[in-house]
Amino acid sequence: MSERPPLSLACPLPITETPQILLAHGGGGKLMRQLIERVFVPAFGGSPERLHDGAVLGVNGTRVALTTDSYVVRPWKFPGGDIGSLAVHGTVNDLAMCGAKPVALTVGFILEEGFPMASLWEVVRSMREASASAGVDIVTGDTKVVDRGKGDGIYLNTAGLGLVPPGVVIGPDRIRPGDVVLLSGDIGRHGIAIMAVREGLEFESAIESDSAPLAGLVAALVEAGIEVHCLRDLTRGGLASALVELAQSARVPLAVDEAAVPVREEVRGACEMLGLDPLYVANEGRFVAFVAPQDAPRAAALMRAHPLGQQAVEIGRVAGDTPGLVSLKSAIGSSRILDMLSGEQLPRIC
Amino acid sequence: MKFIDEYRDAEAARRYARLIANRTRRPWTIMEICGGQTHAIVKFGIDELLPPELTLIHGPGCPVCVTPLELIDKALAIAAAPGVIFCSFGDMLRVPGSREDLFAVKARGGDVRVVYSPMDAVALAAAHPDREVVFFAVGFETTAPATAMAVYQAHRATLQNFFLLVSHVLVPPAMEAILSSPMNRVQGFLAAGHVCTIMGTAEYGPLAARYRVPIVVTGFEPLDILQGVYLCVRQLEEGRAEVENQYARAVRRAGNRPAQALIREVFTVVDRKWRGVGSIPASGLGLRPPYDAHDAERRFGVADRHTEEPAECESGLVLQGVKKPTECPAFGTRCTPERPMGATMVSSEGACAAYYRYRGVAAKVEAR
Repeated sequence: MSERPPLSLACPLPITETPQILLAHGGGGKLMRQLIERVFVPAFGGSPERLHDGAVLGVNGTRVALTTDSYVVRPWKFPGGDIGSLAVHGTVNDLAMCGAKPVALTVGFILEEGFPMASLWEVVRSMREASASAGVDIVTGDTKVVDRGKGDGIYLNTAGLGLVPPGVVIGPDRIRPGDVVLLSGDIGRHGIAIMAVREGLEFESAIESDSAPLAGLVAALVEAGIEVHCLRDLTRGGLASALVELAQSARVPLAVDEAAVPVREEVRGACEMLGLDPLYVANEGRFVAFVAPQDAPRAAALMRAHPLGQQAVEIGRVAGDTPGLVSLKSAIGSSRILDMLSGEQLPRIC
Repeated sequence: MKFIDEYRDAEAARRYARLIANRTRRPWTIMEICGGQTHAIVKFGIDELLPPELTLIHGPGCPVCVTPLELIDKALAIAAAPGVIFCSFGDMLRVPGSREDLFAVKARGGDVRVVYSPMDAVALAAAHPDREVVFFAVGFETTAPATAMAVYQAHRATLQNFFLLVSHVLVPPAMEAILSSPMNRVQGFLAAGHVCTIMGTAEYGPLAARYRVPIVVTGFEPLDILQGVYLCVRQLEEGRAEVENQYARAVRRAGNRPAQALIREVFTVVDRKWRGVGSIPASGLGLRPPYDAHDAERRFGVADRHTEEPAECESGLVLQGVKKPTECPAFGTRCTPERPMGATMVSSEGACAAYYRYRGVAAKVEAR
């Protein structure tokens, strides 16, 4: 158990900066990171460079991974999934990113008065299917109902417990110079699918979320003895935020080739139209793996052999001069810096 | 993707860069007008491909950036008023007013909504007759027809609860203000392709002739911009000052006449303040009767509010091309995307934000 620093009574985040919580505090960008680093870490302990999707704890000689996540996606149903499957996948993925094999999940339902029973049943069924296909049990839960108008129909909170196989140590502090960065597939589909239904945008072909459980794909790497140093699933903030966060946590430079990053035609089209950069668009079934260079070709082949990693590619390496900096080779061959967004990506005017 | 990838071809880009280098004999300073072009230049690193004799400076063509602080404060006051649904394009939400931004108004309970088209706001007004719906009409000539169509439709449907907070500005008067300034460094322009799809190219002939500057109407993809620079350099080296159209796949000389007619129907040309620049005569659009019944400034009594702009923010000099973002002492230190002083650091098209996002604070170190 790490020692907790003494907690001062004053809020460590200067009140003048953001007197209220803004949406961007939950957006996966810089404001959220600030909130974690300046409010949560000082209060609860831990070190910012070891922040990961889940915690790995030693319990009587067994290493247990623990994670929690809340789901407030609106609308609760979208092409390619719903809030139920999303919650299962998200939590399974957080465990997988610690190298853990998921064992059990909990689920808390926060329901709004008036939410149709049939819809709840749909969510529950979808959770059951998602957990069955991810090979994990939902073992306990909780239900609360809030007044009509106080929620978007349904919110979920899930926690997940997993076991980390002996010898597997995965985290930002294991990233080494020369490591190869592999991406498990095309990016941006979840974010665009949600935006399309939420904002009533109609595209010629429906874009489906990439929401999927990644534990099987990760297990394939770990069981094959690939020297996996770090894993990170790409959620809010997209590929760019994940890479910048890891470069900063691990204090390493990254060099990434933009042209190597797969983006589907329809996602690119939607992004062009809305003035969004696919590198920052959310995903729910994609991750990056930092692997030792000698294992990279084998890791890529293993990923491509798995149904959820068919488009896996090498997108870059741990290389460069400035630790913490991600440099991106642009489509026309020049280079630029990849930065985290301060908040959510906003559609442009023109 | 078709019609995009062709214009991002790395090999073709290098070929064009070589052509430009072969043509360039003397140092030239060229301004790209549009924020979308600035963004593409910095995002793709186009300026890195150019010979050292060429300097690209970033013009005032980001509608978010040139919206004066005063108008942002008016927007904030209206958005905070009870019963108002305040609609805006996404990137206006983070633009700081004197004390806060629209996100903060939203966090305090204001009904602030991101829309993708002014018509979305008209639909909201029809659906909520008991509320007052205000659309923050920001943009250049490119977005003016959509705004005009919205208020035209709202007026026809007698939606008396639909209002516009108008901040539309016009490109040619801003170019003239830059050219006539004693600080002017600009020797050639890449004009904003999208503005010209609406307005055509005829307005630029007199400017090119009067100030002896080449004006090349240019698109937004890397190869568009490289070709635009090439055409501009060719004119400069040959001593010509003409209007050329690089973006011929989208721009016709006459522009889009129905869109122009709609703009004339709804708007009249007025003086407008530009952030960091000051008032430019005949540089914007205001509602003309009977559409001025939908003027939010009048409805909410904010027409007389005045706000002074902060002295330290040099976005005005950046917008006029006098300074590069990295030459501002506040860049990357007291002014960042999290705590922006001026809109150029906020908008995705703003020159300061583009430098910060794609070059980082390292750019500042290099510039010194």
